[in-house]
Amino acid sequence: MNASIAGALLLVARKLLTAIIQLFVVATLIFSVMYIMPGDPVLLLLGADSNPSPEAIVSMRSQLGLDQPVLSQYFVWLWNALHLDFGKSLTNGYPVANYVMQNLPRTLELAFAAIIIAALIGVPLGIAAALKRGSTRDTVLTSIATIGISVPVYIMGTLLVLFFSLKLGWLPASGYTDISRNVFEHFRKLALPALALGLGLAASIARMTRSSVLEILGRDFVRALRAKGMPERRIIWQHVLRNAAIPIVTIIGLQLGNLMGGTVLVEAMFNWPGLSTLLVGAVSARNYPLVQGAMLAIAAAFILINLVVELLYSLLDPRIRRKRS
Amino acid sequence: MLEVRNLSIAFKASVGLKSAVRNIDFIIRPGEILGLVGESGSGKTITSLGVMGLLPPNAVVTGGEVLVDGVDILKLPPADLRKLRGRHIAMIFQDPMASLDPIFTCGDQIVEAILLHEPIGRANARRKARELLEKVLISDPDRAMRSYPHELSGGQCQRIMIAMAVACRPRIIIADEPTTALDVTVQKQVLELLRELNGEVGAAILLITHDLGVIYEVADRVVVMYAGDKMEEATTADLFAAPRSDYSRALIDSMPSLGRNAERLPVIERDPSGKVSSVRPEPRPRPASAAPVLSEGDRPLLEIRDLCKSYWIKPSPLAVPVEMRAVDRVSLTVAPRTTLGLVGESGCGKSTLSRAVIRLYKPDSGQILFKGKDIAALSDKEMRPFRREIAMVFQNPYGSLNPRQTVAQLVEAPMVVFADGDAAKRQRRVRSLLEAVGLPATAAQKYPHEFSGGQRQRIAIARALALNPSLVICDEAVSALDVSVQAQVLNLLKDLQAEFDLTYLFISHDLSVVEHVSDTVAVMQKGRIVEYGPVAEIFGNPREPYTRMLLDAVPTVGSMRGGKAAP
Repeated sequence: MNASIAGALLLVARKLLTAIIQLFVVATLIFSVMYIMPGDPVLLLLGADSNPSPEAIVSMRSQLGLDQPVLSQYFVWLWNALHLDFGKSLTNGYPVANYVMQNLPRTLELAFAAIIIAALIGVPLGIAAALKRGSTRDTVLTSIATIGISVPVYIMGTLLVLFFSLKLGWLPASGYTDISRNVFEHFRKLALPALALGLGLAASIARMTRSSVLEILGRDFVRALRAKGMPERRIIWQHVLRNAAIPIVTIIGLQLGNLMGGTVLVEAMFNWPGLSTLLVGAVSARNYPLVQGAMLAIAAAFILINLVVELLYSLLDPRIRRKRS
Repeated sequence: MLEVRNLSIAFKASVGLKSAVRNIDFIIRPGEILGLVGESGSGKTITSLGVMGLLPPNAVVTGGEVLVDGVDILKLPPADLRKLRGRHIAMIFQDPMASLDPIFTCGDQIVEAILLHEPIGRANARRKARELLEKVLISDPDRAMRSYPHELSGGQCQRIMIAMAVACRPRIIIADEPTTALDVTVQKQVLELLRELNGEVGAAILLITHDLGVIYEVADRVVVMYAGDKMEEATTADLFAAPRSDYSRALIDSMPSLGRNAERLPVIERDPSGKVSSVRPEPRPRPASAAPVLSEGDRPLLEIRDLCKSYWIKPSPLAVPVEMRAVDRVSLTVAPRTTLGLVGESGCGKSTLSRAVIRLYKPDSGQILFKGKDIAALSDKEMRPFRREIAMVFQNPYGSLNPRQTVAQLVEAPMVVFADGDAAKRQRRVRSLLEAVGLPATAAQKYPHEFSGGQRQRIAIARALALNPSLVICDEAVSALDVSVQAQVLNLLKDLQAEFDLTYLFISHDLSVVEHVSDTVAVMQKGRIVEYGPVAEIFGNPREPYTRMLLDAVPTVGSMRGGKAAP
């Protein structure tokens, strides 16, 4: 028993260490990309058109620390990032961290809402299709799923807006209301963007669930469970689904990770002031510290989600739990 | 008591029904073991699934009755039938590890089986599960309770399955090839366990197997099935003393058994009228075109000296890795045109050894002298010319052939890899190889799934011979085949050896097969060769206790174990 607890701790420690290394590598990449990119932030800040004096440029450069050697800039930046200090926005001087802290939860909320919708629709549909393999039900569900995967998110979004807000008038077409101001309105505005994202994802989750459940249903131990006299319903819920869960959890985790940067279109379409909106704005304004901060936040969220998914595997599958350690 | 009357089962085909089992009947009384023997496709498994009411969706019962204590279970509603399963009728399957859910502990799975039929509470069920594990003589019951299936060996998993099967004291136990996946020594223990438990539980056991030796050792009566029909029912003693049907006689003949080292194995043939007979084919004459047998003196083709290969494993998560010597200072020699049989239980290192010889692994130390040249430490590039000299035939003819390639492509592949000749020449070679392994020329354009297991193994052999190798490694090459098919393939291997001057390294867990094909035999245990010598010496007069134990565990027709009288 002690050995297995030690094993579990070791596994968690190892995964954590991997995550930290990943984050470090990503941070380095983000820093170097910004350094290599064309365009001088100083000129941008002072306004290239106003023809700033060389003295002004030099003083701004040293004020921003840009006159230091690259390596020392890098370490200062890294050290500050470690303390959640990503510098100040070049446009208005507000701390980048404040922006990130304000917008990150909104993107996370949208992503989680989308993935919950996707899982709630996709997993049951996939199971339903698998249990009646080859039937009309299966064919219909699988076809719908295929269509669902192929519809781009902006078309899905447009259709949803057309139907739910313009035709039925049930839901607002776009916008954001902070939850502290009006809880009901907040969720009403979350509904359409989350659905637009979630429906497409539901389709791929449904397909993965179907094939995973089918694979497990064909295993010898399912036949052995039937021979034990276990009711079919219990075989499905207790044994088949738990075994089928690993690939399903994988795809859900991957999708959730992808949503961290993949909500751009939907955020733009529905005026959702999330991290992607912030990032797009910052890139076009060459607001480098803000770009770096937003990218780092997205990467960190992605890595964290993957860490949670990998730890979930070991909970689900004892073979992974013991073999890896 | 189980009584099967005129049971017929058919598969739903695209047009109508395709009959799988016709008018089978038998009775098993409490405490009795009825053996159901037949080759793959004979309908024995589908019969057992019919009895369990667990037929796959594409199969239907077209007639007959299955009476459990007088009640026809085929007429029961599904819910009632389900309650009978596990409680009155229990089943033990062929692959024990795959038959347990990998993500629950063994203890939980036994507890679950008990609680399904006896609501005695979890704590009581756990206590009972532990008692059951003691009863099936598992080495450490407490550890087994909290182990996951992959942490136990195949034999231990089968004990768990047996514990689960007898948990509710069923009246009928169906054991479908319960020992086929196990080593001989483990098989012996499991069969003894089944017999003993049966004396205690008093269930009627239906033992399904393709192994006549197993039937001989444990069954009281035997039903022989062939192609969906019952050929014969007899007491075990009568069946082996005087088989009545032609098929039974042929089946018994085609089995290589210890101490009966006939040069050719008889095979089962069926003429167009459906009459079955046993034919002992003549060896094929060595073709005049073949190169004359060269006398190379006593120089061995393959000589292995002090070969070692280790794996490093961690016994527990925080432990320092320890060395596991899979191959431990092995020395062997194989003379040209002879067969070295390598026997041992699973995990003894025989596959690691063979993979080191073909250099799929690099050995840690030692020499592999092939035609006098040490290939143990060659780089992949230097090894390349030797790759055409050494070929391999694998165990599973279903897994070792790419399903998307035609037979012609499969057999041609090694020649393409080594850029041998032009396309036309390669095609001619494919045709002659197919002929050599006894496949029709029309086979070339077909895909592997269109062939039976035996035919597929012939394709694999043709592919192995494509580059004219001098050494062929057969890793359990006939283990997945039925006895009569196995006899055909073994005869073929002998013919090819004479025809193409082949040297075989023949790896098998089946001692009777090894005795039949080998000139010399090496017995391997825990990575070491414990005994090595001419076949007659090893099998006739084994010196090592381990060899004696292996030989003793082989279920053999004509022996007098299992407390039964000789026929």
